[in-house]
Amino acid sequence: MTSLTLVRRIAARPSIVFDALTTAEGIASWWGPDNGPVLAAHSDARIGGGYMVRFQTLSGEEHEARGEYLELVKPERVVMSFRWVFGGAPEETGNISRVEMALRAIGSETELTFTHAFLRDVSKPGHEQGWSGALEKLARRLAGIDSNMGSNPDPI
Amino acid sequence: MANHPAPGLDRTFAALADPTRRAILARLERDEKVSISSLAEPFAIKLPAVMKHLDVLVDAGLITRSKQGRTVDVRLFPQPLREATAWLERYERFWSPRLDRLAAYAEGKEAETRGMDK
Repeated sequence: MTSLTLVRRIAARPSIVFDALTTAEGIASWWGPDNGPVLAAHSDARIGGGYMVRFQTLSGEEHEARGEYLELVKPERVVMSFRWVFGGAPEETGNISRVEMALRAIGSETELTFTHAFLRDVSKPGHEQGWSGALEKLARRLAGIDSNMGSNPDPI
Repeated sequence: MANHPAPGLDRTFAALADPTRRAILARLERDEKVSISSLAEPFAIKLPAVMKHLDVLVDAGLITRSKQGRTVDVRLFPQPLREATAWLERYERFWSPRLDRLAAYAEGKEAETRGMDK
């Protein structure tokens, strides 16, 4: 109840799924809405590196999400922070949540377990400390993320 | 409707993380108004422990307590639960079609890679 978890079985090896999750080309291919274009995607896939994706819905609204990679274990695990820079759910502007993607090989295929937790995963007290620390670090770095993405115009 | 639902959501999810508290909420969904002693009955924990759980639920805005003579009645306050559910539903609608496209993209890449291996 504390987080949303979705599981997908994908007919591709984990390293390919991992790249689809963490490269700009991959992100641009799936992050947009149905039939709506991804306008820009960026990924600096290393711990502390940032990602951004900006997309447009069919009604013309633009949305942009950004975050920071907190854990990267190729090809098994990606943990990243997530926030809306603009668009998204307006009441969530400024909030940081956490997305965790676990990849498990099943034969030549991959089972992806995708978890989006609100702010922190309170259902796992053992992880809370680490995440709290990451949040504080993240708060200090937020300005840094934006400057790391200097190739993209300031959205606001 | 709260103007700033987000910090409330954090508290809501924290409160929901405990199975005893979820069981208390489930009971209050069935019965509109329950006394604290009746609420504590099914649990193998002492009344003070139940009271602590109720404090957390009150702080999260999930229940209200009201004194009726010598008994204290507890009621569900459903708004934060609705907001938490709305958050989950919103992101399920957001991510689900995207993960389908992610799968299609990765499967295309897998087919390309196998083609090159031949």
